[in-house]
Amino acid sequence: MEQLFRQRITLVWAGLVLATLLSWQLSSESAFDSTLARALTTFAILGVAMIKVRYVGLDFMEIRHSPRALRIIFDVWMVAVYTELVVLYILG
Amino acid sequence: MVGTSSAPAQDPSAAGSASSTPGIRLPGETGIWVLVIGDMVAFAVFFGVFMHSRGSNVVMFDESRRNLHVGYAVVNTVLLLSSSLFVALAVRAYRAANQRLAPRLIVFAAVCGLGFVANKAIEYHDKFENGITFTTNTFYLFFFTITGIHLFHVIIGLIGLAFVWRNTRRPERAPGNLLVIEVGASFWHMVDLLWIIIFPLLYLLR
Repeated sequence: MEQLFRQRITLVWAGLVLATLLSWQLSSESAFDSTLARALTTFAILGVAMIKVRYVGLDFMEIRHSPRALRIIFDVWMVAVYTELVVLYILG
Repeated sequence: MVGTSSAPAQDPSAAGSASSTPGIRLPGETGIWVLVIGDMVAFAVFFGVFMHSRGSNVVMFDESRRNLHVGYAVVNTVLLLSSSLFVALAVRAYRAANQRLAPRLIVFAAVCGLGFVANKAIEYHDKFENGITFTTNTFYLFFFTITGIHLFHVIIGLIGLAFVWRNTRRPERAPGNLLVIEVGASFWHMVDLLWIIIFPLLYLLR
């Protein structure tokens, strides 16, 4: 049983939970007095989300060991969504 | 113990699409991945429409966001992340022929999923009690639609986990068992993955 929990994916999970708390911290009321600060925080929070998505995909969904076509599609999706959200945020 | 020495090792290419490169295989089968990618693209469009709409209503969106209780969402994120871990561990336990551990882990995953549903119900109820519904303003239209459609996926995923659980308890090591297990697992991870973006998008961006 312990052997199972010492697997890489358990470590990944711990990292994901920490990243969640980090995002929450980043977004909490602090000295958000400039548009630039808010924008950078947004890019960081979305970036953390994408990193989390990547680990869920590669390790939990086992895309890391999947045929290359799927890995490419997954990477393209992540880049496209991050770009889309950042661009639309800036344009807003 | 992860596996017993008497059980034969599960042939990894017995289920899923094997490729000629050793160690590379598609979990489940192509159909679930078409569904998963298609669903992810659909949500990507929702996310984009949300962000675009936010651009014309920044003040109202931000004001409405402040009424959300981030705590609910953080708990929900940890619940889904944990449920995904349990599912991933269960799949590995099943492959390692651990007959007792795999179904137990699926139950833990399902409990987390049910926790998410309950938490969402409380959150929605709290909003309705305060007179906030999806017609209140554009932000809430997106909030209830995006989280509502996601919630629907969670419920479908839980039904899928019931099938996964049933298959992890089957004593015979037929390739068809692993197929159902991996298909259900992949869908569940997608549900987690989508929430990982929904959470900051709705609750954290200012």
